[in-house]
Amino acid sequence: MSSVAVIDYGMGNLHSIAKALQVVAPETDVHVVSDAVSILAADRVVFPGVGAIRDCMQALESTGLTAVIKDAAKSKPFLGICLGMQALLTHHEENNGTDALNILPGQVVRFAESLTDNDGNMLKIPHMGWNRVHFNAHPLWANIPQDSRFYFVHSYYAKPDALLMVSATTQYPDDFACALAQDNVFAVQFHPEKSQAVGLQLLKNFLHWNGQA
Amino acid sequence: MSLAKRIIPCLDVDNGRVVKGVKFVDIRDAGDPVEIARRYDREGADELTFLDITATHDNRSTMAHVVEQVASQVFIPLTVGGGIRTLDDIRRLLNAGADKVGINSAAVFNPEFVREAAQRFGSQCVVVAIDAKKVSAEGESSRWEIFTHGGRKPTGIDAVAWAKKMVDYGAGEILLTSMDRDGTREGFDLPLTKAISTAVAVPVIASGGVGCLDHLADGIIEGKADAVLAASIFHFAEYTIEQAKQHMAQRGIEVRL
Repeated sequence: MSSVAVIDYGMGNLHSIAKALQVVAPETDVHVVSDAVSILAADRVVFPGVGAIRDCMQALESTGLTAVIKDAAKSKPFLGICLGMQALLTHHEENNGTDALNILPGQVVRFAESLTDNDGNMLKIPHMGWNRVHFNAHPLWANIPQDSRFYFVHSYYAKPDALLMVSATTQYPDDFACALAQDNVFAVQFHPEKSQAVGLQLLKNFLHWNGQA
Repeated sequence: MSLAKRIIPCLDVDNGRVVKGVKFVDIRDAGDPVEIARRYDREGADELTFLDITATHDNRSTMAHVVEQVASQVFIPLTVGGGIRTLDDIRRLLNAGADKVGINSAAVFNPEFVREAAQRFGSQCVVVAIDAKKVSAEGESSRWEIFTHGGRKPTGIDAVAWAKKMVDYGAGEILLTSMDRDGTREGFDLPLTKAISTAVAVPVIASGGVGCLDHLADGIIEGKADAVLAASIFHFAEYTIEQAKQHMAQRGIEVRL
């Protein structure tokens, strides 16, 4: 039986992601874990997170999980979600600048203030709600209609150094990278566990993914 | 622009049961939060809000249990409001599967609570609920005040200034209810909605007074709201969420269909 470890390092509720994984793949062993041994033993890893990046990096340090996460991101199918995506980049603007895990080279920056849409209405921050996702070919998008809407809530977004890494984009108001892919690592800014049918499909695809593009 | 405007049905929960009569003919148990949540999810609700209307200590554990049940089956964002006063109340609901919590009176009595909650759990999960009532006289320029105790007690606090302050303190979203319109079915207080929505940088959910589908669209187009919340028009099965979205789309509003 294949197993997936959902990393619990104290950054947000993991109930929904664990339930969603269980619903799409009842045959999979879903473990919410916070220890190195369980993460290393799992076939695949989900790295979620909400909140502020400094708290996130501190939590990883204090739980001693930084090295294990870097190791898992080199060796098995690995899915970063929301702050768990942002933490994979090199540097994050929040909290006066915070160094992150540097697994996916690039920056995380804040949406500019006072953005407006075409009608002159103020664009709110956080970017919150259901927005369209335009994707390139990758196994994690299997059976998901192009430009489907996923649920977002965030004020910062990833700017990877290499455009080749961008697996999907969303407009707010300009295109930003809402999904990144590099070898066995896939990362999404939106919340698949809160994105109804298309979100569940993406999680299902992850559980069937062999870690290759 | 492609971010959709949201439609959010609101369910009143008392002791683990949905009250204020949800009247779907095809639902076996109209008081079962899970069954009603699943129904709204199928119809295309963008989020769900649960309001704990008694919010006693015992009831809070029951509420966490309800959230846990719903969150195991319905994979859209869930907000819980009503009687949230401590960081522990918030932690418990988030751990049960809620994505956001609505803080209302506790913010008025202790604004620092909003700051603490945002620092501890992140602004993305802190919704400040504002109950406002018009206090300006006829002919004066419009002014609204914050009211507590279900709209009975004035606080003397200006609603627009309060909304800005709550965002400064870390609110990630504002749930704005017009106490003049709540329960009237006359539509949102559009000037109030617009005044708040254009004053703050975070999303604003309009609430209070929806009686027909045009009211929902008006809240977005004229009120400049980012989301609209309604209870009775959906509960009594007058309209489905899907009909509401079709109607909004016809009026040129971007929705998730």
